[in-house]
Amino acid sequence: MRLELVPRARVWPIARALSPLVAIIFAGLMAALVIAMMGRSPLAAFDIYIREPLGDSWALQEMGIKMIPLTLIATGLVYCFRANLWNIGAEGQYTMGAIVGAILPLATQGMELGRWVLVIALIMGIIGGALYALIPSYLRVRLGVSEILSSLMLVYIAQLLLDYLVRGPWRDPKGFNFPQSVMFDPGSTLPILFEDGRLHAGLILAAIVVLASTVVLGWSLFGYAIKVIGSSPKAAGFSGFSSATISLTVFAISGGLAGLAGIVEVSGQIGQLKPSISAGYGFTAITVAFLGRLHPLGVVFGAFVVSLTAIGGENAQIMMKLPLDMTTCFQGLLLLSVLAADALTSSSIRVVRTPKKEA
Amino acid sequence: MEADETSSVAVDSVKQSQMLATIEAGLAADHAQNSGLLVEMKGITKRFGSFTANDNINIGVERGQIHALLGENGAGKSTLMKILNGLLRPDEGEIFWKGETVQFASPQDAAKLGISMVFQHFSLFENLSVLENIAVALPGSIRQNGFNLRRLSRRIEEVGEAYGLTLSPQRPVYSLSAGERQRIEIIRALLREPKLLVLDEPTSVLTPQEADSLFVTLEQLAQKGCGLLYISHKLDEVQRLCSKATILRGGKLVGECDPRSEDVRSLAAMMVGTHVPEVRSQALHKIGDIRLEVEGLTLPAPDIHAKSLKHIMLSVHGGEVLGIAGIAGNGQSELFSALSGETLSPQARTILIDTMPVGQLDIESRRALGAAFIPEQRLGHGAVPNMALSDNMVLSRHGTDRLDRFGMVNVRRAKRLSDEVVSKFDVRFSGKNPVASSLSGGNLQKFVVGREILARPGVLVVDQPTWGVDAGAAVAIRQALVNMAAQGAAVLVISQDLDELFSISDRIAVLHEGALSAPLATGQVTRETIGLMMAGSEVDDAA
Repeated sequence: MRLELVPRARVWPIARALSPLVAIIFAGLMAALVIAMMGRSPLAAFDIYIREPLGDSWALQEMGIKMIPLTLIATGLVYCFRANLWNIGAEGQYTMGAIVGAILPLATQGMELGRWVLVIALIMGIIGGALYALIPSYLRVRLGVSEILSSLMLVYIAQLLLDYLVRGPWRDPKGFNFPQSVMFDPGSTLPILFEDGRLHAGLILAAIVVLASTVVLGWSLFGYAIKVIGSSPKAAGFSGFSSATISLTVFAISGGLAGLAGIVEVSGQIGQLKPSISAGYGFTAITVAFLGRLHPLGVVFGAFVVSLTAIGGENAQIMMKLPLDMTTCFQGLLLLSVLAADALTSSSIRVVRTPKKEA
Repeated sequence: MEADETSSVAVDSVKQSQMLATIEAGLAADHAQNSGLLVEMKGITKRFGSFTANDNINIGVERGQIHALLGENGAGKSTLMKILNGLLRPDEGEIFWKGETVQFASPQDAAKLGISMVFQHFSLFENLSVLENIAVALPGSIRQNGFNLRRLSRRIEEVGEAYGLTLSPQRPVYSLSAGERQRIEIIRALLREPKLLVLDEPTSVLTPQEADSLFVTLEQLAQKGCGLLYISHKLDEVQRLCSKATILRGGKLVGECDPRSEDVRSLAAMMVGTHVPEVRSQALHKIGDIRLEVEGLTLPAPDIHAKSLKHIMLSVHGGEVLGIAGIAGNGQSELFSALSGETLSPQARTILIDTMPVGQLDIESRRALGAAFIPEQRLGHGAVPNMALSDNMVLSRHGTDRLDRFGMVNVRRAKRLSDEVVSKFDVRFSGKNPVASSLSGGNLQKFVVGREILARPGVLVVDQPTWGVDAGAAVAIRQALVNMAAQGAAVLVISQDLDELFSISDRIAVLHEGALSAPLATGQVTRETIGLMMAGSEVDDAA
């Protein structure tokens, strides 16, 4: 006996719209089962994971802070993934954006030069990430090197470079030998949105990027070309779109947005360079992009869910002694459920019975 | 598509139960049994919608016989073989195996009886060795019966020696030539102890020398009592190898004969037919200036399955339809992609559109000069399967029809243009603006053809305009092409369907092995001559 996926003749729009909801409920039930098996109350866990963070201003701001880099990076990844190009190295582009973006703020530290330093820092962050992403893309276009491996391996190079910088040339001399740079000037940090809060202006940048990408991917000829290349390269050739140009461009956009996320995180949240500037955002963003079904607005939703469970997970660890891995586990369950729900709305499962073997 | 089926066969066969130990006894034991009809297909009919792919076909293969199944592309050979292999079920008719009626629910059922297929396209893992590739596709039960790679490796060498299929089991597949790769497929089939071996155009990717050694193997197999069904359209091969031939045309059985006692001309005539065409060219249209010209185009083959183009010379006048005949895989898609600009030519002057050298221009620049192109493959080349029709409108006309405004796609205009194509070319579908893949082949082809024709090109290049399209749609498409020419466009039609070329073209040239013959006026040439040229025999004589 074996199972086969058979494409459905008709995909119901309602089923398509409801499938993420069904996926979330299913993943929640599975998580509840795991929590129950660990001897904890699933209801109490629900309360701590979901309900409490949503009712708490501090937790909401923390969620926003996590959503900013996730949204920026995942939106960039949507460009690549739609073109069927697999940029797995957003984490490295994020790190490189943070490094290149930090050059000017660190060099001018103490001079109090004002806001324009921040603007240039952000632009340099974008350029740093974009150039770094162009390495795997160029290798792919020119030499046919798999972008999956090369982009992933470049992550480690970027991380080690950051490590070297903050332990070596960029180390804060007054930092008690901690691996970290000096703090940015106030002029080169992103402004805070609410008084006494931590949520910074990166949120506005992320919103602009999401809206612009919605327009570009949804209605522009460039967005159209990305979709054509992603679904059939031969048709793209027939259409006259150069797959080399598009590949390089989407990688540059993706890397640029990851780089922007990096410098935004450093100048908005952390205020200095140190080895731990990322909580694995570049990798989590892959999940976010797929949770959002490769749509910029969906990405916001995906980033929301992931941030919510991350905050909830910290609380659950403190209050219920649930391991932090439970959060990763739930995010994994959720991603699988969303992908499965998508597959099952467009296909149905058929059981094929193989006749018993004769002797 | 064929590759998918091959792999599913391979996967299925893993489940089939046969033991390596019995293979040795296999063919010899079979030979000892009495001879007679091994397999017989009676009254097989298979319809796809309104299209009848097989219409009441009878065919029988004896033990030890090499039986040819002859026919042009689209004649129904593949459908018939898929039915024999259990991939398709016939609407009518019966299959008899050694005189007993059998029904195949799946390829495993056919494999269990001893029917093995060698497909035209290989399904091999490039990075694995010969041995590993064969082990992967072996029946699963072997593993439970003391399966071991070393023994299998020895078996491969033994079988190889016995049939002259020299092959080192340790070689990785990527280092092998096409002929050597095919040997893997044949050894795979032989290890399964076949009683009937079906080969689908096995020489299409082989060099003449490789083909010769294949024939020796096949003759040996036949001598040992295995029945062989040899699918081909190469007449010289069939005459050399086969003692019986069944000929299909347009889904119907048109003849049975002993090809050795038959003249090549009569075989060609049976294969390509002589029935009356349905479309008539517009009465006496004016032939104008040369609008499309190719001057000594030579292009190397991009990979081993492709053909190189050898010094192609052609010219198409305004008001004229030039037909390019030829059997699939003789350089048609390579020629198309050189003409469209998807492959650039080494020199600009080798291709001219309205006397403008375009060899180095991409497809969009050629469109801007008034050319349009219709590729053979509608889904995935001429149209994006998962995109709506209006989005597919943008595919080829974004540059020439102001569908691109400030970088944004003009969705409303695209919809309007696509509605125009739908109504003028009678494209039928259910729902509103559906995705391309949901349309039937004929309707999608009408859409793709209509999209290009309504761009009102001065030069139109079409590859297989009516491939896999039902008769009604085919006539409509052919008529549209003829009308294009009547309005002054230069139309170049690449087709394997001789009836089609005879009904619409003013002149016909034949593409064989990447070389193009001089064109012949349609009125002064017979189907038989073209058929002979297509099969590659006596090209000089034919002119």
